[in-house]
Formats: sequence, structure tokens, C-alpha cells
Amino acid sequence: MQELYYKTASELSELLDKKELSAVELTKTVIERTKAVEDRVAAFNSYDEADALKQAEASDLRRAGGKTLGPLDGIPVGIKDVLAVKDQPLTCSSKMLENFVSPYDATCIQKLRSNGAVLWGRLNMDEYAMGSSTENSAFKKTSNPWNLDCVPGGSSGGSAAALAAGEAPLTLGSDTGGSIRQPASYCGVVGLKPTYGRVSRFGLAAFASSLDQVGPMARSVKDAAMLLQGIAGHDERDSTSYRADVPDYLAAMESLKGKKWTLGLPKEYFENVSDESAMKPVQDAIEFYRSLGCEIKEVSLPHTEYAVATYYIIATAEASSNLARYDGIRYTHRAEAFDAKDSVDIYCQSRAEGFGEEVKRRVILGTYVLSSGYYDAYYLKAQKVRTLIRRDFENAFKEVDAILAPTSPSTAFKKGEKTADPLSMYLSDIYTISANLAGIAGLSLPCGYSDGLPVGLQVLGKPFKEEEILAVAQAFESAHDFKNQHPNL
Amino acid sequence: MEYEAVIGLEVHVQIKTESKIFTRCRQGYGYEPNTLVDAVIMGLPGALPVMNKASLDGIIKAGLALNCVIPDYCKWDRKNYFYPDSPNNYQITQYDKPICEGGYVEIELPGENRGVMGEHKKIQLTRIHLENDVGKLNHFSEDSLVDYNRAGSSLMEIVSEPDMHSGEEAFAFLTAIRQTMIYCGISDCDMEKGQMRADANISVRPVGQKELGTKIELKNLNSITGVKNGIDYEIKRQISELKRGKQQVQATWRWNADLGRTELMREKEDAHDYRYFPDPDLMPVEIDDEWRQRLRDEIPELPWDKQRRFMKEYGLPYTITCVLVPDRKLSDWFESAAKQAPKSAQALGNLVANDLLREMGEAGISLDECKITPDSLLTLVRAVEKGVVPKNVANKDVFPEMFKTGETADQVIERKGLKPDFDEGQVRAWCQEAIDENPRPVEDFRSGNDKALNALLGPVMKKSRGKANPQLVQKLIRELLG
Repeated sequence: MQELYYKTASELSELLDKKELSAVELTKTVIERTKAVEDRVAAFNSYDEADALKQAEASDLRRAGGKTLGPLDGIPVGIKDVLAVKDQPLTCSSKMLENFVSPYDATCIQKLRSNGAVLWGRLNMDEYAMGSSTENSAFKKTSNPWNLDCVPGGSSGGSAAALAAGEAPLTLGSDTGGSIRQPASYCGVVGLKPTYGRVSRFGLAAFASSLDQVGPMARSVKDAAMLLQGIAGHDERDSTSYRADVPDYLAAMESLKGKKWTLGLPKEYFENVSDESAMKPVQDAIEFYRSLGCEIKEVSLPHTEYAVATYYIIATAEASSNLARYDGIRYTHRAEAFDAKDSVDIYCQSRAEGFGEEVKRRVILGTYVLSSGYYDAYYLKAQKVRTLIRRDFENAFKEVDAILAPTSPSTAFKKGEKTADPLSMYLSDIYTISANLAGIAGLSLPCGYSDGLPVGLQVLGKPFKEEEILAVAQAFESAHDFKNQHPNL
Repeated sequence: MEYEAVIGLEVHVQIKTESKIFTRCRQGYGYEPNTLVDAVIMGLPGALPVMNKASLDGIIKAGLALNCVIPDYCKWDRKNYFYPDSPNNYQITQYDKPICEGGYVEIELPGENRGVMGEHKKIQLTRIHLENDVGKLNHFSEDSLVDYNRAGSSLMEIVSEPDMHSGEEAFAFLTAIRQTMIYCGISDCDMEKGQMRADANISVRPVGQKELGTKIELKNLNSITGVKNGIDYEIKRQISELKRGKQQVQATWRWNADLGRTELMREKEDAHDYRYFPDPDLMPVEIDDEWRQRLRDEIPELPWDKQRRFMKEYGLPYTITCVLVPDRKLSDWFESAAKQAPKSAQALGNLVANDLLREMGEAGISLDECKITPDSLLTLVRAVEKGVVPKNVANKDVFPEMFKTGETADQVIERKGLKPDFDEGQVRAWCQEAIDENPRPVEDFRSGNDKALNALLGPVMKKSRGKANPQLVQKLIRELLG
């Protein structure tokens, strides 16, 4: 029998509805599981048991009164520590915000509250979402539950590890260059980066505003759809938020069941593969789709080779500006023994102490690419390439419904393996970055193992057609049993 | 050698809106420090800007009123620099695609004397763009504290071409902008409240030289007279330095209004690199004809047009229009009476510009609180014209009562018994007497000297103990001599 803490959110929701389980019982189970494995996994920066139980009690009261707020009512959702939750710490895993408590809720958090979800714990991440291994956290190194010597991926490593370890049935992550999909792939869970603009960014501490997107992480495709339903939609507090109704994802997925999709394989993603064994499950998955009667077509995304360079110019440029507010003046870390002649000394000493290496590296890089004399050569050029990358996808989607690709070139790597070589770390996002530059939706789901570590299959889809990639993913998931495979902890 | 100054101004005007430019947080002045703030203003993690449409309306209207081109498209850029009064350490502004391009401001220079209109001149504008204001640093002996109440207010920056040559022109430029903004309801331009601020770029060169001299930026011009005095002082200083053979160094100076002189702030401008780039949190703005037209329709008749019209349509003297026109409410008040009696417009104008403003000043009240209405003022002018009361009585006795009580002129005249106790027949008899007693002026008048009439007026007024209406007397004398 499946442990309660490993059940999917949809299963738990059913149990709650049938009154075979109360939200308080469920929350207690999650709390106990967390306490049992946290010393090994270290997925959470903080959690507030009393607050979670209070929310669960409120959910049970609603249910007793026959007024549940939908499938998320009573389900604990772990929150990446980059999202503002009122009266709870918001650290971005940075020393800079170590003592910061948010006075307000992010829009997606507000939405989860109005859907009755139990907001549960703040999950570890790479500092300010910069990184691919969660080793850049100022507080702790999260372990991959499948192999504690390995990284969980990043930057939403805490969100992925918590799911894999049974510490939360659902979590929220954020994805700037693959930060949901890559850790989902490393930890054997489902991660969805929605189309840019589908989920409000209000309350998401910005890394790179034009690339960041909040998204669901879950143990099953259906759960991801359920959580996306709970957070998607237009928000007047975010000008980049998309003005359109949100479809009923579960119904849409149901209606798309059995569809014979035309699926594209970008040839640039399958050339020069370094880790053949990690590619095997992806190849098997492609064969599976062929066996379903889907048409598999090769497509070309000719500007793929420029994606990583383009990304690190645009993302760092925006980051250098977005992170300027963390200055030691108002609410952030201020150097204690600062020897300040003027405000510039406060900034310099506070930022030198408050930011980690990777953040500093990117702020400096971003400052450089925006500075006068370099703007045209780097930032402006990168924006032009970005347009070409977006067009690559537009052209591909004229031929195919969705694109299949590996999520990451490898499975989870060993802790410390890439920390000394930032560039090799950056390359672990090589298959995910383009989707952020193009603004399109992308999903990673477990499709097998290599050396005991999960391998992710990535499904990229048309803008604002999340239901289609969910349906494509579900076709695979329903014929396989990966969602019921769990690490031995 | 003769020198001339070349001046360009950067004028910041705060747009009057309920909420701040990128958030619903309230905009205002005079509140407890750091009470007009929210997550967006304080730059908290996750806070995002959202454009306030009212601020856009304000600047488009300003641009249209100042003859700018409003392009179809404008965007937002970030200007990055660290300063404690700027919570995000970047300012959201417009770099290469401002919302208003070109344009000009019509200014008036002082005429030969106070009674005549001076020369009008167009000062060209480069652009007007929109940005968020910053907070305010307050320095104490040990600490500096920041008040973010002003941070995030809607601020327009009006940038002129180097098109002015004296403090007087700069003064006229600011005055014209201020009046236009107030007329259009875009800003109150209260410089004391920081709603209008100006920086000047001043250079001096020998007359005849084409290229500009070394530019000095003059900051801290926080009153309109400060602008005039500061610029004039700086021009004199620069000329005298040049005459002594001392080359100017590009620098920023500040105007010290207390000491009445300029002071060096910093020799060389810090090599600022603002790293402008498009703000990824805000979508570009597209403006269509419908939007432009809607705002154009909201622009009232502008001050210069109104002044010219008042002089032409109502025959008002320049001096009266100078009192009426700068105050849109007052001029509208005047016109709602003048429209009903265009021929009496001058009398109405005099009453408004002299008597009404005097009484309001003494009572310390505004036009809104005034009991007297345009219609009741009209009753007074009519009473004078009909000869019910002479003008001096009307001004001295009737008007103050009307102002106090809100009665019509007739009511006051009736109540106070100011109506002369003689009828037109009596006045006619006095006129006849005067004609009989003064043959000389009568003869002069008959031989074509119209002015001789005045010599007959005096005796009649004397007979009536000053109570006869001079206009009536004139009319009757003419009849009798006619």
C-alpha cells in the first residue's frame, strides 16, 4: 500500500472528499514525514507547523459545512522561498533576506488561499533562483532523495526534492531558464513552466523579469494541471500578465485523450549527446508515442546554439537591475561593522556580505553587458537573437503540435561536481533555456532511470496551450508507473 | 567683448493624480513620513509596477497643450543608479521613446511699461517624458533619514532646447508652463510642495560665436523668482570669469537663495553610466487618435488665447486681462457675467480686478466661498448704467454690502436708501441751470469741442451734492444742447 505521504494530490483530494481523511490528518502526516527526512534531504528553509495546521483546520471546517473550495482544499502546497507569503519569511535563500518577513501575499499565493490549499513551508533554492543545483543557497544544500550525494537540480531544487521525499504533495517553483523542469527531471517528478504571462509574477522576487514564470511541481501530470488551475489567470497587478480566460485544464485534458499528436524532435537537441545512457529513456518515450500512432517529425530550431549565450546576457542584465534594491538601506542585510563614509560604503559592504558568489558573478556580468559602449554589442544583439529563437518555435509549431526533447543533458550530478566551473553548470539548462527566451510552455515528466537516477522527458508546447502538453504528457504517464516510484529514504 | 548667455531648462512637474504612477498607493503632500507607501513604493521583493492611466492622460494632455507630437508608441526604460531616496535603485523613465516629442512654449517678455503687452516668443521643446519621482532625504547631525512619501509620484520632465538667453526668459518660460498646467488641471505646480522644480543648463559665449560655451548645470531652483535670480547671477558670474580670462569648467552649481548666490556643488560630473534598458515589467504604451482626441477635447482655452480674446472681444485693457487671465476660475467667473452684457464688460472687468479681489483679500476667502455671483455683479453695473446710483457710490457703498450679504445691487440700494431722492426731471432742471449759467463752454461745445461738456458736468454734480449719475447728466446735457 502506498504511504499516505506519497499519494498524489488528486488521490488525497478524493480521500478528503470522501471524508476518509481530514486536512489536519494529512497535514500532520506531511509534517511528520518532513521531520523524519529533513535531516537527510534539507528541502526546507523554514516551515510553520502551527500555521499549516490552522489552515488545515479551517479547511476541515469548510468541508464539514459542505463548502469546500475545490480540489486543492486541504492539500498542503510547499512554496519555493522566492514567493511572498504574508507574515512568513521570504529569503530567496540569500543572506540578504535572511530576516525578511513578507508583509503581503504573492498573487499566486492569494489564489491558493482562495482555493483552500494549505500553504506549507518555504523551500530551499539557489540564491535568488540563480543556479542549477541548489548549491548556491546561503543556508543549506538540499540533497537529491534518489541519491543523497547528488544535487536535486535547481534553482527549484527544494521544491523538487520535497515532492520526491514525500514532504509535500504539491509544490510551487519558478523557472527562469529551466529552474522548474531541470530539478523535476533530476528528482523524478512533474514540473511545468507555464507560458510567460499565464501565472502572475506579482509577489515573485524577480530574477529576470522577462523570463521568470511561476509554475506547479507535482507527482503526476494531473496534479500539475490541478495546481496550475489554482494559480493561473490574469492579474491586474502584473502588467505582463496575459488577459484571457483560463481553460478548465482537467476537462481539456480529458477531451484530448487519445489524440494522435504530431510531435517534433528538434534535431539540434539530439546532436552531440554526451550522456547516451541518460538519453535512452527519452528515446524509449519517443518510441512509445510512435506506438500510440503519433506522428514523429524532425524539426529544426536553428538558433539553439545561441540560446545559452543569449540567456546569460538578458537574464544577468535584468538581474543586475532587479537586485539593485537589495542595498542595505531599508529591509535587507546591512553590514554590521560597516565603515561608512557615505551611502556607497553601505551598499558595497552590505552587498559584499549579503550576496553569494553566483549572484555577484551575474550582477557584475549584467552590469557589464548594459554599460554604455557594450549595450549594442551584447544586450541589443541578444534581444535580436531572442526574437530569432522565438521565431524558430513559431515555425516549428506550424508543423507540429508539441516538441519532445530531453529535459537536461544528464541526470542529477554529484554535489560539488560543477561548482568550480560555472559554465558547465550553465550548460545543464541547455535544453530548457530556449523555452524561457521564447516565452512558451514546457513540462518535464519522469520517463525512466539511468544508474538509478530519474530521467526527464521535456514536452514543449504552443503559447497558452498548457492543456495540450499536459495531455501529451498524460498519454505517456498513464501507460507507465513512474509516478508511483519513490526513492528509498 | 560682448557676451551672451544660452540657457536650456529641465522642468519637472508632478502630475496631479489620486494614486502614484505605478501603483494604487495614494499620492499626496504633507503626510507623516513614510505613510504613503506600499510594497511597490518600498521596492519589496516581488512587487511589480503597473501603469496608472491617469498619469498618462496628464502628460499627453500637457504635451498637446504645449504643441508636442504624441507618437503612436512609447516605452519604459530603467535608469540604474544607487541612491537612498530611490527604493529600487533604478528609476522608471523614458529613454529613446518619450511620450511627447518637440513642441514649444509661448512666452511673453515684459513690455515697454506695465500697460502694454510685451513681445511674444516661442521657446522650443526637445521632449517631455514621464518618470517616477524619488523620495526625500532629510539630513540630521548624526543620521540621514529617508521619507518615501514622494517616491513613485508621477513626474513629467519638460526639456527645452537651449533657446533662452536671460533669467527673464526663463522666468517667463516657467510662468507660461505653470499657467498652462494649472489651466489644464494637470498640476498645481506649487513649487513649495515640490510639484514643480527646475534645473538650468547655462553657458556663455561671445556674441557672434556659433558654438556653445562650457555648460554649467544649475540646480536647486525651487521658486520661480529663484530661477530668474539664480540664472542672472550665474550669467554675470560666468561673464566676469571669462572677462578675467578664466575658462569655465563643466560643473554642477547650486543656487543658494538665502545668500543670493550660486555655489559649486561638484566640479566634474561623476562619470555616470545609467545603464538604460527597456523595463521588462512594463508593456510599451500604444496611443491612438481616439485617445489623443479625447484629451485634446479636455484642453480648455489656453491663457494666451484667452487674453487676446478678452482684449479683442470685450475691449479689456491689457492690465485688466493680466489680472483676470492667469486665474482660470476668476476669468471664467468674469466671463459668465461679461457674456450677458458684452458692452459692460469693461466695467465688470474693473469691478472684478479691483473691487472683488480687494474684498476677497481682506476677507481672506477664495472665489468659491464668495457670496457675490456673476449675476448679482451684473445688477450693480446695470444700476450704474441706468443712473440709479453713481459709480463712486456703487463702488464704495453698494459693492462691499453685496460682497458681505450676497444681496443684489437693487436690494442694497433699496435697503440703504442710496437711491437719490430726486427724479430725472430735477436733474434735467439742474442741467438747464448750468447751461444758462455757463455760456462759454456751451458755445465751445456747439462749435464742436466735445470736451467742453465736462465744464458743465461739474456744476450739475455740485447742485446734486454729488448724487446725480454723471452718465445721466451727460446724456441730458447733450439732449438739451442738441
